[in-house]
Amino acid sequence: MRLDAKIPLGPLADKWNNYKQHAKLVNPANRKKLDIIVVGTGLAGASCAASLAEQGYNVKSFCFQDTARRAHSVAAQGGINAAKNYKNDGDSVYRMFYDTIKGGDFRSREANVYRLAECSAALIDQAVSQGVPFAREYGGYLNNRSFGGVQVSRTFYARGQTGQQLLLGAYQALMRQEHLGKVKTYTRHEMLELVVVDGKARGIITRDLLTGKIERYAANAVVLATGGYGKVYYLSTLAMGCNSSAIWRTHKKGALMSGVSWIQFHPTSLPQSGEHQSKLTLMSESLRNDGRIWVPSKADDTRAPKDIPETERDYYLERRYPAFGNLSPRDIASRAAKERIDAGCGVGPMKNSVCLDFSKAISEQGKDKIREKYSNLFSMYEKITGINAYEQPMLISPAAHFTMGGLWVDYQLMTTIPGLFALGEANFADHGANRLGANSLLQACVDGYFIAPYTIPDYLAGELHTVKIDTDHPAFIEAENSVKKQLDQLLNINGHLSADYYHKALGKLLYNKCGLSRSKTSLLSAIKEIKELRASFYQDLKITGDNQVNSELEKAGRVADYLELGELMCYDALTREESCGAHFREEYQTADGEAVRNDRDFCFVSAWEWKGYDQVQELHKEPLIFENVDLTIRSYK
Amino acid sequence: MKLNLKIWRQENRDSSGKMTDYQLNEVSEHMSFLEMIDLLNETLIQKGERVIEFDHDCREGICGQCGVMINGQAHGPLANTTTCQLHMRSFKDGDTIYIEPFRAASFPILRDLKIDRSGFDRIIQAGGFITTSTGQAPEANSIPISHQIAENAFDSAACIGCGACVATCKNSSAALFTSAKITHMALLPQGKLEAATRVANMISQMDAEGFGHCSNTEACEVECPQAISVLNIARMNYEYNKSMLFKP
Ligand SMILES: Cc1cc2nc3c(=O)[nH]c(=O)nc-3n(C[C@H](O)[C@H](O)[C@H](O)COP(=O)(O)OP(=O)(O)OC[C@H]3O[C@@H](n4cnc5c(N)ncnc54)[C@H](O)[C@@H]3O)c2cc1C
Ligand code: SF4
Ligand code: FES
Repeated sequence: MRLDAKIPLGPLADKWNNYKQHAKLVNPANRKKLDIIVVGTGLAGASCAASLAEQGYNVKSFCFQDTARRAHSVAAQGGINAAKNYKNDGDSVYRMFYDTIKGGDFRSREANVYRLAECSAALIDQAVSQGVPFAREYGGYLNNRSFGGVQVSRTFYARGQTGQQLLLGAYQALMRQEHLGKVKTYTRHEMLELVVVDGKARGIITRDLLTGKIERYAANAVVLATGGYGKVYYLSTLAMGCNSSAIWRTHKKGALMSGVSWIQFHPTSLPQSGEHQSKLTLMSESLRNDGRIWVPSKADDTRAPKDIPETERDYYLERRYPAFGNLSPRDIASRAAKERIDAGCGVGPMKNSVCLDFSKAISEQGKDKIREKYSNLFSMYEKITGINAYEQPMLISPAAHFTMGGLWVDYQLMTTIPGLFALGEANFADHGANRLGANSLLQACVDGYFIAPYTIPDYLAGELHTVKIDTDHPAFIEAENSVKKQLDQLLNINGHLSADYYHKALGKLLYNKCGLSRSKTSLLSAIKEIKELRASFYQDLKITGDNQVNSELEKAGRVADYLELGELMCYDALTREESCGAHFREEYQTADGEAVRNDRDFCFVSAWEWKGYDQVQELHKEPLIFENVDLTIRSYK
Repeated sequence: MKLNLKIWRQENRDSSGKMTDYQLNEVSEHMSFLEMIDLLNETLIQKGERVIEFDHDCREGICGQCGVMINGQAHGPLANTTTCQLHMRSFKDGDTIYIEPFRAASFPILRDLKIDRSGFDRIIQAGGFITTSTGQAPEANSIPISHQIAENAFDSAACIGCGACVATCKNSSAALFTSAKITHMALLPQGKLEAATRVANMISQMDAEGFGHCSNTEACEVECPQAISVLNIARMNYEYNKSMLFKP
């Protein structure tokens, strides 16, 4: 299989314009005849569905929550990047492109990243016109701030709830189209299978999560905007429902998966406090602007952090990365924390945390100033942990957060199955091996508002003469049967262990062996253990309840997919014999523990092709060609 | 700690439900309320019983999907806190806790603690948006909005659509939810031209959904996890009267 990224010709800065000028159009009269399925109502899905409906297509929108407004984009806190240069501090499309390419450790496509930066300014305009209440200066103009790893102010924010406000904007646009009859939303519906007819995506099979009814939906194109799969680690910053099922099932139908092992761990999450815990809550990274990060200098120190004197503290980020210190990028800060925790210097009841200390900031700036900046975060911290962080250091630790991997897509965001598009966190594009803060909301929005509305019509223009597919087509029947068969199988295993048990076991295994750092030995043993866990799952799973509302059945299907995906993550990590971005292979590091990238052998995107159960998947390589930037070493020393 | 739980169980929309007793012996004070239910569900699975269905997703107080009545209070005893952000340290060993779904005629119960809040979506569909289409929006800074107005609009926009306001209201009124969206938009210059139709349509949809009228008890504000102020309701009434007065 030859992977063609279909990058338009011409200079970097002209590629997207060239593409748009030559993209095929669909006559308005024909648009009414075309149906599009959009799975997912996060920023990527809602924006895409609303924008296509505005153009006149018939859109069906699906999500598993009770309303579109609850998609996980709602949880994003920090902000969204855009090269507006409002602060006159030298920002530009090129600079944003460069920061993003470098942030991703030179493992993303130049053309995609440039387009992301290029579309960013219009996105802020779009959101403002929808009424998103971004922060404003006193004079009435938009405010912004700088965010992890960059030197300009390009992050727009709406308090600590940027994702929520952007999502409400997109959701409202979607609701408007629903009212106009151009969108039909199907909430509490989970897509369980893709239907492929003559090699093209032509529909989906869903389960109505209230009635248990299996339903068939046909369309001329299918869009997956189903978010990330960081929840594979069980403990993560993601919502409980986030999962990989939609992309994984299409993977098994022929769509390739890329960069699967590239998973970002966020350094400022609340630590796990016990076995009962179901998720880890993110604390805004902005805390690192004033908080200093440290651990006790000697291992196994049993004193409470506040009793450890200054001279016996190791401010390891300031020590190792004097230039960036506590503001080092996420992958660096997370890994440095793990290194200290593994060395026995972790604090807290489970010895799994590091201190984020505000005592210096409080003594210099006063408690009131700190309260003014972060009071909501301090009270959230107290709500969850019962600890007052004005008086003692916060305890934080890295948590699985964002998946750079996902379905392989070309420049048009189309997967290797014609007619199947993937948007937002569900695709692998744009972030390379590491994501810069505030770039993900942007990618989700830009994919949905500005890119798919050009590329999907370009595809549909070639589909006008395809006969309308009927849901009685054998491909639909077959897909429906396979879904029913799987559900029956899961319901009838009748073993002893819950879906959560397996999810937790898989998560722990991946965290230890394919998490913040990986080695050949750890990955090989993970692959073996995942196989065993999977075998046990199919013998010993227990689901109670019936085939209607049944959260256990929902979970089990997702865990079944995670058990397969987890294995591919390990293979992906195993074949990439280098350290890049979030992927740290212990064998490839410098004497002082820094990542060693290998551009000669690994400057490519890994794309995996499903070969069947218990078969090793086939690796395809899309070479990454850099014409506009030099591949430098990322150094934050 | 040990807890006595009394939980509402109901098979489906049409069946009648009842409170059922459960006991949990090993609840840690660090658990969140929903993690406590997870633990209970794990014991039910071991016994071969159907688990307690409840709605939740983000578990960080932002998606609005969770929410139950805990000892008669929407989202439980803490002020401005969603159910998922409530932790067991708010309870004591030996406590009896009553757990029921949010109740309102317009929020039918689906199973156990899960309810149908789609009425909220239909209120938004009726006008809770600014009529702008993708792609050609004017430069963002061409619409200056003062810092204070933007902050006030945000205060209203922060509603998470959880429905606690409806559940706690003796009239099951959706006035706080609806007024929050109306106020968010009414404060901003964008979409001003459609303000009158927006408020009229949203209010008439709210009535059509069967939500009750607001009689100014102000219980909603007390239970709202986002501290949405009842002043929003005053603003909604003002916008409504204005739209009626200047009706073309
Ligand atoms: C706590 C947190 C904070 C973050 N903060 C930031 C930030 O400050 N800045 C930033 O840029 N990024 C941030 N991110 C990342 C960013 O929020 C996400 O990457 C982005 O919102 C993903 O959007 P999406 O539209 O791709 O997917 P999502 O918003 O996750 O939406 C997924 C949708 O798919 C649906 N779905 C999934 N599977 C199925 C299925 N099988 N059937 C039917 N429907 C399905 C879901 O119902 C949902 O509607 C943060 C992430 C987290 C977790
Ligand atoms: S107004 Fe408050 S209580 Fe009502 S739905 Fe919104 S957030 Fe929930
Ligand atoms: S689960 Fe999202 S607000 Fe509680």
